[in-house]
Amino acid sequence: MGLTTDHIKSRLTEKFGEQITSMEESYGMLSIEAPKEINLKVLNFLHDEADLGFRFLTDLTGVHYPDRTGEELAVVYHLHNLVENVRIRFRVYTSIDQPEVYTATGLFSSANWMERETYDFFGIRFVGHPNLKRILNVDEMDYFPLRKEYPLEDQTRRDKDDDMFGR
Amino acid sequence: MSHNIKLPEGSIEKQTITLNLGPTHPATHGVFQNILELDGERVVSAEQTVGYIHRAFEKIAERRPLYQITPLTDRLNYCSSPINNMGWHLTCEKLLGVKTPKRVDYLRVIVMELARIADHLICNSIVGVDTGAYTGFLYVMQYRELIYEIYEEVCGSRLTTNIGRIGGFERDFNDIAFQKIDKFLKEYPAVLKEFISLFERNRIFMERTQGSGGIGADRALNYGFTGPNLRAAGVDYDVRVHSPYSSYEDFDFNIPTGTTGDNFDRWQVRNQEMWESLSIIEQALRKIQDLKGEEATLYHADAPAYYLPEKKDVYTKMEALIYHFKIIMGESEMPSGEVYQSVEGANGELGFYLISDGGRAPFRLHFRRPCFVYYQSFEELVKGGMLSDAVITLSSLNLIAGEMDA
Repeated sequence: MGLTTDHIKSRLTEKFGEQITSMEESYGMLSIEAPKEINLKVLNFLHDEADLGFRFLTDLTGVHYPDRTGEELAVVYHLHNLVENVRIRFRVYTSIDQPEVYTATGLFSSANWMERETYDFFGIRFVGHPNLKRILNVDEMDYFPLRKEYPLEDQTRRDKDDDMFGR
Repeated sequence: MSHNIKLPEGSIEKQTITLNLGPTHPATHGVFQNILELDGERVVSAEQTVGYIHRAFEKIAERRPLYQITPLTDRLNYCSSPINNMGWHLTCEKLLGVKTPKRVDYLRVIVMELARIADHLICNSIVGVDTGAYTGFLYVMQYRELIYEIYEEVCGSRLTTNIGRIGGFERDFNDIAFQKIDKFLKEYPAVLKEFISLFERNRIFMERTQGSGGIGADRALNYGFTGPNLRAAGVDYDVRVHSPYSSYEDFDFNIPTGTTGDNFDRWQVRNQEMWESLSIIEQALRKIQDLKGEEATLYHADAPAYYLPEKKDVYTKMEALIYHFKIIMGESEMPSGEVYQSVEGANGELGFYLISDGGRAPFRLHFRRPCFVYYQSFEELVKGGMLSDAVITLSSLNLIAGEMDA
């Protein structure tokens, strides 16, 4: 049990300096952010360094923040060091006009389908992915359903309005 | 004649056969497709198609208050829905900062371990069916029924359970529920023993499962394997031990592991886990009996803003009425933040990644579905093997279409 958050932080600052734009801890997990151009460098660093050893990709997913101009889409990686039992969250942002992020499939085979899923729902193109196509939705679909501009219900409906309680 | 039929380029000249296994083939045990390229009976390549029962749970969840998302989680891995439900409650409690009493934790452990037994029972007996031994499957079904009866006593339903609430259970376990648990604990060990003896040293079963569908620890980790499939490859990673939730740290149990990660090891690991689960349930019952005073009757946390008050209080007390109204109308707001909570599902690490922006519904909810992650390794597992081994590998991976497609 030697791997502490402080150690991870100092190692990252030492290597990337100002390029790590945010490091914070919430609900017991360290969460770091970096520009999308260096996402593979950070992942590689976390994976390869013997004292960090985040070799297990638990989860990879996308998030759409319509209000963040220029960085509307986020890719979130959850990594796990199974030996020290430490988890870390790593996120990169990309603009919605050019949603391109380097693929992590070279590092983790498990990223293959998770990136396909993220592409399927958010339209984030993973540069270098061996087989980037839709996975859960039909191939003919021409939009990315988990983006926030697609409301779940028909927004022209008025019969569900509840003016009384300010919903 | 043949000039009327349009075949793809090169399909006559090629020396292999394309076989569609699924999407509704009885051997896939769920709705997903495998396009296998066969050279005689050997598998040359495999391509999986998933998504046939995708129901957009992540999108639906963005319009629902927390308590209305529980029924969605039922329909992920429907062979062990209580584990999904509990995982979701734990995620909410982590975000809301609700602390559950010990008795709730232990009751949850009982339900989760029963669910694990039910799930492993299905998976292992289906492996038997696919190797040609139907008896085991038919025999253990009646004991899964006993587990479903316990669920029924606790929450009223059997398959999609919607069991428990944020902060605890909707009602206390009644005496009949405890009696049924006791009955199950008394009858099941002999059954499991007999079930195992039907297969374990059975020549046919061993020949069919040993050495097929194997994967080494390194590859398994790289593919994101978790749960029994990873442990069969020799890695003792178990969320219950590594990131204990629901007071699993109070229990004493082993993590069974295999060595080769093949179909036989997976089957063995699941059987061993059922023994461990039984012991955990017994320990939990003992711990519940040892609780003293007020703790001995609690079945939910004190979280009035999220846990529905008792009906008689709603009619007589102002505060209870307000909370009841707010919860039902979905007016309880939650703190903003990001949480990741995982539980040891029956087939691996089931994770919930919840982002809240302080609204009434999640801003984003992502399910980390174990079998979606590890199913992509299928081609590597079956390549070069026989078609009939591929079928067993498919069932021994414990793939649940509902979970894969979310």
